[in-house]
Amino acid sequence: MEKTVNQKAWFLVLPVLLLVAFSAVIPLMTVVNYSVQDTFGNNQFFWAGLDWFREMLSSDRMWNALGRQLAFSGIILAIEVPLGIFVALNMPKSGFWASLCLVLMSLPLLIPWNVVGTIWQIFGRVDIGLLGYTLHAMGISYNYTQDTLAAWITIVTMDVWHWTSLVALLAYAGLKSIPDAYYQAAKIDQASRWKVFRFIELPKMMGVLMIAILLRFMDSFMIYTEPFVVTGGGPGNATTLLSIDLVKMALGQFDLGPAAAFSIMYFLVILLISWVFYTVMTNLDRKGA
Amino acid sequence: MVDATAQIPGGATAKGQARRSKERINSRAVVMTLYLLFLMLPIYWLLNMSLKTNTEILNTFTLFPRDLTFANYATILNDPAWYMGYVNSLIYVVMNTVISLVVALPAAYAFSRYQFMGDKHLFFWLLTNRMAPPAVFALPFFQLYSSVGLFDTHIAVALAHCLFNVPLAVWILEGFMRGVPKEIDETAYIDGYSFGRFFVKIFMPLIASGIGVAAFFCFMFSWVELLLSRTLTTVDAKPIAAIMTRTQGASGIDWGVLAAAGVLTIVPGALVIYFVRNYIAKGFALGRV
Amino acid sequence: MAKITLDNLAHSYLPNPASEDDYALKELNHDWDDGAAYALLGSSGCGKSTLLNIISGLLQPSQGRILFDGRDVTHAPTAARNIAQVFQFPVVYDTMTVRDNLAFPLRNRGRDEAYIAERVQEIARMIGMEEMLNKKARGLTADAKQKISLGRGMVRKDVNALLFDEPLTVIDPHMKWELRTQLKKLHHDFGHTMIYVTHDQTEALTFADKVVVMYDGRVVQIGTPEELFERPEHTFVGYFIGSPGMNVIPARIDGNKAYVNGSYVELSQSYRPLSGKVEIGVRPEYARLSQTDGLPVKVRRVEDVGRHKIIRAEFFGNDINIIADEGEQISADMNRVSFDAGHVNVYANDWRVQGEAA
Repeated sequence: MEKTVNQKAWFLVLPVLLLVAFSAVIPLMTVVNYSVQDTFGNNQFFWAGLDWFREMLSSDRMWNALGRQLAFSGIILAIEVPLGIFVALNMPKSGFWASLCLVLMSLPLLIPWNVVGTIWQIFGRVDIGLLGYTLHAMGISYNYTQDTLAAWITIVTMDVWHWTSLVALLAYAGLKSIPDAYYQAAKIDQASRWKVFRFIELPKMMGVLMIAILLRFMDSFMIYTEPFVVTGGGPGNATTLLSIDLVKMALGQFDLGPAAAFSIMYFLVILLISWVFYTVMTNLDRKGA
Repeated sequence: MVDATAQIPGGATAKGQARRSKERINSRAVVMTLYLLFLMLPIYWLLNMSLKTNTEILNTFTLFPRDLTFANYATILNDPAWYMGYVNSLIYVVMNTVISLVVALPAAYAFSRYQFMGDKHLFFWLLTNRMAPPAVFALPFFQLYSSVGLFDTHIAVALAHCLFNVPLAVWILEGFMRGVPKEIDETAYIDGYSFGRFFVKIFMPLIASGIGVAAFFCFMFSWVELLLSRTLTTVDAKPIAAIMTRTQGASGIDWGVLAAAGVLTIVPGALVIYFVRNYIAKGFALGRV
Repeated sequence: MAKITLDNLAHSYLPNPASEDDYALKELNHDWDDGAAYALLGSSGCGKSTLLNIISGLLQPSQGRILFDGRDVTHAPTAARNIAQVFQFPVVYDTMTVRDNLAFPLRNRGRDEAYIAERVQEIARMIGMEEMLNKKARGLTADAKQKISLGRGMVRKDVNALLFDEPLTVIDPHMKWELRTQLKKLHHDFGHTMIYVTHDQTEALTFADKVVVMYDGRVVQIGTPEELFERPEHTFVGYFIGSPGMNVIPARIDGNKAYVNGSYVELSQSYRPLSGKVEIGVRPEYARLSQTDGLPVKVRRVEDVGRHKIIRAEFFGNDINIIADEGEQISADMNRVSFDAGHVNVYANDWRVQGEAA
């Protein structure tokens, strides 16, 4: 759509600007402020320049947390996106069963995040949880509080449980928008099932899939509550993702300076990756129009 | 005779095709059943536990409550310290949804209709706030709202959640508004409608489904968030999700009550989903298909 | 290429059709001759597309059989029928180039690349898209996309039949003419059985050897354009074909006279007594306005459409149209209309009645 140039449109955006300035810019300034100062308590601050940034960049702690975070986001994207598409392809197209599937699939999305954590914390326990108990009874050693691998499997499974439906629902919405004529033409052209997916369904889903990937990336990169409730970041630091580490540092140890420097770099990493996604997405949008 | 012999292979393929399509339907049903089973099992286990006594939970492993009890629910529903948590959560969630929509509507209109200085940068900057990790903002928010005397109020949480809900609402609404032809605006202005009257009387009904979808997402993300709402409250506005940590008593965790509280947090989400079930598929596409 | 036989075919979109009204396509027996070009004509919702989709196997009929050269294919999947079909709105594979789009049906059937390249070139020339072969299909205009769809339909030489479902809806008027000519040429050169669905009579009459007119889920007439014009078997055919359509006037028939309000019109044949709704139908082309001959008529308006004049008039309370030559002078005292007896058809309950020689 051709847009008219109208500088007065700023007035329409003003409320958002003021609100976001209050709830984002001011707090962010505080963070920047902390990141360049040092304190010995009593609200006395000293100029520390970029020392905290230097310290954080040279400490293994942040790099390790970042590595774990990237691994986590990578794994869940690699599972949730294909699985979500697969589920969407198998969903009923209309009628009672479609409604039922939609309702049941949306359910995990609306459970408070700590309750999600609680559900899986209970579910995986060897003494009172269905999963843990069953695995234990089958003779498989599984203990997410002590075994790193088990802890990772648990939080990844939990995230897949929690969020695959979001990808599936978005993909489903994309699929529903494909006119029947496309499938009919494919039949006439004798296209195989794979070709129908590759040349009709996937291109038509691309737009919503990018939204799904962007949302899933951002949210998984910021994840805090669910794994914290389940593993508390342990065993050791095995599941201490970026947010968990940050909260430990800021609210647990009150290391404001390093935490602030950490925050800023954390935010920048997300911005950078999201910007890449966003650019790719808007380019796709433009090409599609 | 020629006809008869020709029909036999035809008949065979017909039967073959019928069988194949039946198998495909079955394989779809199997995939969906397995996936929904995966989604429902942990929730079933939570529900199962919430209907048991603590003795049964800890001492025997049962797939169904042996002596069914509603005592856990009674504990929650009779104790204001418990049930006020739900009230608090609902208050700030509703406040947040209303604030987000009110400021996002004009902004989304501006972005969808006009070109103005810095519009693209502004739009991306808004989106970056959706990407801001709550963990980064937890501490600054705490200090900001304490200093303006809003700490432990509903409005503080509602405003804090605007950080990620306002950008999301703008994004969703912009998508829906782009789908409304611009000629409608122009016709209305020619007919002598003022901007305000046009917006409320004509434009908003046209994007009603978009507003519904945006409201759904605001509700969802505000309802499930815990980190910020817990950091910003102590007593008066404490959300239910945070109160759940109370179950850790001197005698260990009160599993039954914890499970019951968890089940109760799922109920509002389930209700919302039930009401919007027919719009879920379209809604999740965010107006972009 | 094949002869397509429809045997007792009917279709309903409802699982348990109760009455005839539940059928989108009412019972039908018909042979589509091998190598003929048919047009399937009717207003929207008359069952044309349903019939087409049953032939191509996209839809399973509720009853009856379809035979290709005598072989029962009623339950055979689309792929096994080896049919090409072009749809009303363009279907292109967005991510592929124009070349790959055109080659797609051939590649799926495992033809060798040299043959494919040659066919693609040929088709591209036919639809005038040789220049664009390497472009992605995504950014093209609607009519370019539709041309690709047409091209994909024509790329296979060995198809049993080519089906077109209102393929020129989104195409520019001048391009429409050209593409239709191309299709006719294609038919002429290769002799495919073609079925062309449309609601545009000009398209149908210029394209087809035989036109199948459908109305309310039923085939009401199959004939050459001339037959449809001269002897519409159903009042709908009379209305639908011709511009303006046939005049239909309620009448009472007695032998070889049709009485309208006490006056009579001569018929070329004689009829047995008829019951139900009885009407006579006369094409405006076979009505003549004059000062002296025929029955009284009240002229309302004269429209000059260029090639001829259309006279809108009232005839015993019925609206009728009369066509006069461009050169003919229409004066105010011309208030009588006469019909060419050989071209007056008689209808009982909308269906044409065959008379006996008078």
